[in-house]
Amino acid sequence: MTGSQSRRRFLGATAALGASLAGAARDIWGQAAAQLGAPLRPYGDRSPFERAVRKSLRTVTFPGTGSTETPLQDLYGTITPSSLHFERHHAGVPSIDPEKHELLIHGLVERPLVFNLEELKRLRFVSRIQFIECSGNSAAELTGQPGINPQQTAGLLSCSEWTGVLLSTLLREAGLKPKARWVLAEGADASRLGRSIPIAKALDDVIVAYGQNGEAVRPEQGYPLRLVVPGWEGNVSIKWLRRLHVIDQPAMTKDEAASYTDLLPNGKAWKFSFVMEAKSIVTSPAGGQQLNGPGFYEISGLAWSGRARVVAVEVSTDNGKKWQRAELQEPVLEKSLVRFRLPWNWDGKEAVIGSRCIDQTGYVQPLREQLVASRGTQAVDHYNGIKWWRLQNDGALTHA
Amino acid sequence: MRRKALPLVVVYAFVTVSLGAQTGQLNLGRSPSPDEIRERDITVLPDGTGLPVGKGGASDGEIIYRDKCANCHGVNGEGNRPVGQALVGGIGTLGSPNPVKTIGSYWPYATSVWDYIHRAMPYNEPGSLSADETYAVTAYLLFRNGIIQRNAALTQENLAKVHMPNRDGFVPDSRPDVGKTAKTSQSPK
Repeated sequence: MTGSQSRRRFLGATAALGASLAGAARDIWGQAAAQLGAPLRPYGDRSPFERAVRKSLRTVTFPGTGSTETPLQDLYGTITPSSLHFERHHAGVPSIDPEKHELLIHGLVERPLVFNLEELKRLRFVSRIQFIECSGNSAAELTGQPGINPQQTAGLLSCSEWTGVLLSTLLREAGLKPKARWVLAEGADASRLGRSIPIAKALDDVIVAYGQNGEAVRPEQGYPLRLVVPGWEGNVSIKWLRRLHVIDQPAMTKDEAASYTDLLPNGKAWKFSFVMEAKSIVTSPAGGQQLNGPGFYEISGLAWSGRARVVAVEVSTDNGKKWQRAELQEPVLEKSLVRFRLPWNWDGKEAVIGSRCIDQTGYVQPLREQLVASRGTQAVDHYNGIKWWRLQNDGALTHA
Repeated sequence: MRRKALPLVVVYAFVTVSLGAQTGQLNLGRSPSPDEIRERDITVLPDGTGLPVGKGGASDGEIIYRDKCANCHGVNGEGNRPVGQALVGGIGTLGSPNPVKTIGSYWPYATSVWDYIHRAMPYNEPGSLSADETYAVTAYLLFRNGIIQRNAALTQENLAKVHMPNRDGFVPDSRPDVGKTAKTSQSPK
């Protein structure tokens, strides 16, 4: 008898035993106790019963270019599982051998340097929980195709624990020359995406990250090395980082000269609009969900601000007539996602539910109408308006 | 390449060590040779710094464009949504209800056009165009936008001097433009 035959026979016997033990009353307790579980495995996966996936909401014209959005409504807490972190690529995901990958630092520095991964990992590291949000997140809310669920509405948003070397550490190693004003960061993807970052931010809190949620950064997130620029539009957090060029002026790459600018009604456009302003979204009860009759529910959602710490989130169930303070789950970390919740008894009547985030600068997340009045409808990036969900009296939830 | 540069690397390593000793550096990472930096440095600045020596005009650019760009961006640069954006036209529309953003109407620097083509285009063969070909395609696109003459040749000397129509169309980010005035149930701490 071969090994697999004997195993099969053994499993068959076990199943028969399980069936007889469970007998006629096959309740879940009996089944779980009577069947041997799956074997050990070297790298875990989630339960096959779990279905949450990233989704691409736009037409994908080239397989490697586009975006997928994080299923915010299916997540707990504040950390995005690496496998569900949103994607935005401009020329596909490169396959990079970490043994061959190098980071070049040059330009207005005293000592140009090349680091390999091994050397980078010897340097002083930090681990910080930071959100990354694409500047185009929620653009369709502005342009009039509002998302039907949290994923469609604000899913170009994720939050991870990033581990790596502070960019300031590397720049100190190289030694900045007096004329250093900007750092051009460049990726090793096919589009060699480049963005210029002002030196003050580069020396503040930017991380050159090799770790994401306890393991290596995922390929879609920049393996083996990426920039994490906390609180700023995701495009500047260059993935597959290969080069840092210290310069005296911004390079005006396509993305900073044109793509990631905000065209205003007067024909002028904001440039270098880096910060992602305070924003929040109720993820439960939310569009696409169905409540099971009146009674107790906890309203819950996510809040964040790229400018300062979140100090409060307010929730309304009557379309903004009254606002109530939600409880913030500790720890509340700067430029990280914050989970809020508010106990609520639904009386079974129609309700319009939304939230607004307030940060330490006193900024209050605005209504869509306020943003349109100020910026028109062409500045599709950096949209942070309040999202409303309509709860019908049959328990169904839709975009309001 | 790297082996040839070894003596230089040794010299640089020595310099790094001595500087490091003075400033308390960690002395990790290696010093690249000037050749190695040159090979990897593709930065082009708006003042023209970093542009390689080369020359190209709109007529040559048109041939390359038809062959390698028109499929996605349209025979006349009119775009082919959703595959490729429009590259030509739209000048004067930015303040209208239906603004058309193209290289001609929106981009503030000609160097950005050259740099993007050189970095990332054609989409399926990025980095495949020579410096001369990149000048030529840039010239063709600027010609089609009415910014330069058909017979003008672009070079590393004159590209940064091309005046783009929307050169002064960008202003500093003035946010927070809204969000400070809304009344809250309690003022934040």
